[in-house]
Amino acid sequence: MTDTRNAEIISGFRPQMLKFARLQLQDDSGAEDAVQEAIEAALGGIDRFAGRSALKTWIFTILRHKIIDALRERGRTVQVSSLERDESELDEAFDALFKENAHWSPQSRPKPWGDPEEALQQRQFWHVFETCLEILPARTARVFMMREFLGFETDEICTTLALTTSNCNVILHRARAGLRQCLNQGWFAGEAQPC
Amino acid sequence: MLSCKHTTHLLSEALDRPLSRRERFALRFHLLFCRGCRAFQGQMDFLRKASRSFIHWRDAGDQ
Ligand SMILES: [Zn+2]
Repeated sequence: MTDTRNAEIISGFRPQMLKFARLQLQDDSGAEDAVQEAIEAALGGIDRFAGRSALKTWIFTILRHKIIDALRERGRTVQVSSLERDESELDEAFDALFKENAHWSPQSRPKPWGDPEEALQQRQFWHVFETCLEILPARTARVFMMREFLGFETDEICTTLALTTSNCNVILHRARAGLRQCLNQGWFAGEAQPC
Repeated sequence: MLSCKHTTHLLSEALDRPLSRRERFALRFHLLFCRGCRAFQGQMDFLRKASRSFIHWRDAGDQ
């Protein structure tokens, strides 16, 4: 696996990215810029990706993030909210797992996942995993992927995205808690109970 | 005693920075008595492992 091959794969995504960006931004030159910026940002670290799916998830996450930034700059909050599930919505879903005293409420207390190792061998699991990443808010997903896919240290991520350290920590926690909940519902809850 | 919610934050941060002695102690104490947070901890470790495997996972479409 070489960088060149991944760079080729990325340029193969370009038409699809442009289409997506045009649709959201309603503006050709803005769309070109967003795609270009997303590709440039995605190139750093692409040598770590061995598979097409993960690479695609990563580059579309950056693109979503760029588009949302562009929409925000234009003050188009309505379009932003239709494109992005809100971060506060995720936080509310997480808070709902707890009682008043911030301990787990009995029905949502986490239970160990059956055989998570085995999930890693299954194609269908990776589709669920991809979907769970895709429904995270764009910034949340990007920070998570920088940390967990590319292995950046938290302070490098904060500097790159102009976030404070505590902000970064909150975002990473939000991403992990959100993914946990999504996988719990989308995969592990459907698992057969051992008899 | 830590709350479960606070514990989940420490469990997440433990993946990103070394915790202080005090934090480690409080965390260990909480986990000793809380099944829910122990399960959460296992799931956080799994997420890390899954993410690392995901970037190496090759679909049938990959050559
Ligand atoms: Zn607990």
